[in-house]
Amino acid sequence: MTAGPPQTQPDTIPKLLLRNASVYATRPAFREKHLGIWQTWTWADVRDEVRALAVGLERIGLKRGDTVAIIGDNRPHLYWTFTAAQSLGAVPVPLYQDSVADEMAYVLEHAEVRFAVVENQEQVDKLMSIADRLPRLEHIVYDDPRGLETYDRSRLHALGEVQELGREVLRTDAGAADAWREKIGEGKGSDVSVMLYTSGTTGRPKGVMLTHENVVVSGRNANIFDRFTPDDTMIAYLPMAWVGDHIFSYGQAFAGGLTVCCPESPETAIDDRREIGPTYFFAPPRVFETMLTQIMVRMEDAGPIKKRLFDYFLKVARRSGEKVLDGKPVGMTDRLLYALGDVLVYGPLRNRIGFSNLRVAYTAGEAIGPELFSFFRGLGINLKQLYGQTEASVFITLQPDGEVYPETVGKPGPDVEIKIEEGSGEVLFKSPGVFYKYFKNDEATAATKTADGWVRTGDAGFIDANGHLRIIDRAKDVGRLTNGALFAPKYVENRLKFYPEIKEAVVFGHGRDYATAFVNIDLTSVGSWAERNNVIYASYQELAGNPQVKAMIERRVDEMNRSLASEPLVSGSQVRRFLILHKELDADDGELTRTQKVRRGFIAERYESLIKALYDGSRTAHISVEVTYEDGRKGKIEGDVDILEVKTYPSAEVVKEAAE
Amino acid sequence: MSVKTEMPVAPAETVPSLAMVMAEAERRPEADARQRLTTEVLLSVEGVSLSFGGVKAISDASFDIRKGEIRAIIGPNGAGKTSMLNVINGFYFPQQGVITFKGEKRREMRPYFAATSGISRTFQNVALFKGMTTLDNMMAGRTLKMNKGLFWQALRVGPAVAEEIRHREVVERLIDFLEIQHIRKVPVGKLPYGLQKRVELGRALAMEPELLLLDEPMAGMNLEEKEDMSRFVLTINQSLGTTIALIEHDMGVVMDLSDRVVVLEYGRKIADGTPDEVKSDPKVIDAYLGVSH
Repeated sequence: MTAGPPQTQPDTIPKLLLRNASVYATRPAFREKHLGIWQTWTWADVRDEVRALAVGLERIGLKRGDTVAIIGDNRPHLYWTFTAAQSLGAVPVPLYQDSVADEMAYVLEHAEVRFAVVENQEQVDKLMSIADRLPRLEHIVYDDPRGLETYDRSRLHALGEVQELGREVLRTDAGAADAWREKIGEGKGSDVSVMLYTSGTTGRPKGVMLTHENVVVSGRNANIFDRFTPDDTMIAYLPMAWVGDHIFSYGQAFAGGLTVCCPESPETAIDDRREIGPTYFFAPPRVFETMLTQIMVRMEDAGPIKKRLFDYFLKVARRSGEKVLDGKPVGMTDRLLYALGDVLVYGPLRNRIGFSNLRVAYTAGEAIGPELFSFFRGLGINLKQLYGQTEASVFITLQPDGEVYPETVGKPGPDVEIKIEEGSGEVLFKSPGVFYKYFKNDEATAATKTADGWVRTGDAGFIDANGHLRIIDRAKDVGRLTNGALFAPKYVENRLKFYPEIKEAVVFGHGRDYATAFVNIDLTSVGSWAERNNVIYASYQELAGNPQVKAMIERRVDEMNRSLASEPLVSGSQVRRFLILHKELDADDGELTRTQKVRRGFIAERYESLIKALYDGSRTAHISVEVTYEDGRKGKIEGDVDILEVKTYPSAEVVKEAAE
Repeated sequence: MSVKTEMPVAPAETVPSLAMVMAEAERRPEADARQRLTTEVLLSVEGVSLSFGGVKAISDASFDIRKGEIRAIIGPNGAGKTSMLNVINGFYFPQQGVITFKGEKRREMRPYFAATSGISRTFQNVALFKGMTTLDNMMAGRTLKMNKGLFWQALRVGPAVAEEIRHREVVERLIDFLEIQHIRKVPVGKLPYGLQKRVELGRALAMEPELLLLDEPMAGMNLEEKEDMSRFVLTINQSLGTTIALIEHDMGVVMDLSDRVVVLEYGRKIADGTPDEVKSDPKVIDAYLGVSH
């Protein structure tokens, strides 16, 4: 794919930059929409920008071994900060840009950050508010100067000014450019390239240290797996602190010379995607969910002819779309109908959501609903699932083209080995992406990495007849009911969340007589239903308490129970009693992680009284909890919550004693 | 907008931590924000009275607005605040009194000329072209700055196109500034109220005013929208150096944002001073809380 045999491949990101700047000098590397116009930097431009920034940062004191916090939306200059820091041997530490200052303080302190490069005033203000807790923090560099004119500038620098300083040095000192190259030459593949803090479903976030080799080899292998070339384009819109973005928009882009496009603002990402037409796209399932909801809501409002066309061809797509995509045999009539549908419906729809040029799309992070998955694949979008984690530099398993089964997460990626531990059913892997260690946490490292080089994923699963991995649940979450039946909470939660009306579900049952659930309704979908049916509501709480809404959710739970009954392994996990929560679960209240995963243990403690009511047979329960508003103030939400009972169905077979 | 600062070149050992620098800055609080304030008067109102038939809206009010400050005009309902804004921007001409703007005595004039004089405003009830997009509304704010006549613009040739590109750039910078990129092409009538207010502010700014009048910029907004709007008002004042006079009912906002506050009641000025002075003035407390006389 790239010039030269594998052994001469650059082994660090900065070396890849130099390679790209000479091999792909005039090819676009980064694009960003600014003032409504797409700006482009070629790989040669990027090298110059990174060099100026690196020399400037060095001049204000950045040196080998320092850690540099990077906080902000996806901006080319922030991506270049990664490379600039790495070229000097410093380690970038991206943080989630929407974290509140308190959450940031822990990571910044733990990572011993000396430099922070941030996007704008908002982030500068956050850092200032916690500066007294960060004795090591010396310099803050910001990209967007707006609103910062009156700030004390002795330790605060505009990124443009740092680059200007670097350019000045490069102009006056003829040896500076060579010195920079030499520094890059000193870098080794085994050096730590980045530290990514896991969002921490349990306990404090851990700093996962990845080496250059981890990132470079993972990126290269992924490019080989899906045959990515420098002609491929992607849009970078997911948090830079998340390993997915780091590997896709950074590792893969640098390894293969791909083009990365940064949207104008997070709100314009959808329109910008449409303008760019990416060929490679990644999104967690909820992004696809929102897309589907929006399409459906729009179609509800469409004219009758359009709507009938849409409904008809959607049926055709459901019947044969996936087969066409996988190159499987399809009858002549359906093939013709699908071609017609492609012209009339699928093509325009793909264009509408910016997928006209799409070659490969991935989803991961959470299980995706089979309906949702098939919907997009039926439209001719090559959507696939992968399974990975930060500790693996993302890739553990991926679905190869033509072998896509919705309930599995695919086969081991290139150079990846997996095995299932006897007894616990936990999935273990070995790969070139295996992380170096957790920063300042050898205990956790030892618990995750086994002596013979395997890494524990913490997920329970099994390998099916096709050789594909199937994940059931978090290994530690898989429990037993008092009658010994297997209880897989996440499996059940996902099944509930596949219904458009349900946004979030938390299921309890380990060590109990039966399973129960908390449900969050989906405000977009239920709200749209309410609008169509003249149901008036003022808040989430009011809509959630509506009797018609309750009946609707009750029907869904019942539907799920019936389908669980046909799956012997998990039929014991049918939900017998549930309630609709009076507030949406929120990361600001600590109920979700920053990547929107449910923190079950925390929720169980916080809503203890509700769980008690779910098991003591009462019909209603009173709840009052403290909530945190976006500005950090605290308030109280309280209310009465009804508890609903649903039928459970006998299993198709006798409840099994073990999970074998 | 660019501020030239000296880049400290790091002396390796003696670098103070950011926390120490911040603590140092804390000790001299008056040093930062108040620097921009001057005593140069941008606009003054002297002995102004305005009546509509027998109704006296303003009687004998005097105050001034200094260059670079945020000046709040507050008062109970019907105190004459909006009338005062209308007098300031030349929409009404007072029966008595003198208004001096940039050292020049104001004569009676049509609103068109008032607009070209360097004052722009937003309205209590958003007054935008509902069927037009955000971009077009803001471009409309540039109309007064366009030199090429209708003829050239209709032809869309050389000079007119170049001019439009220049104006578009100004507008795009404001769109970026106000973070409304995502609604650039959306008809304003479809937008939620808070965003409409922001677009209206954008249109007023597109005129590059020296004095910006905001008539209840936060009315009807939720907490988050108010915070956003406050941030924009402050940034406009600090980054663009625009002098701002605003009417607002949310006292928290007024006290946080403004440098000086003038209080009106029944068309008369009853207090004038810094937020702290005004807050503790017994006449103001009476006017707001209502006291039996």
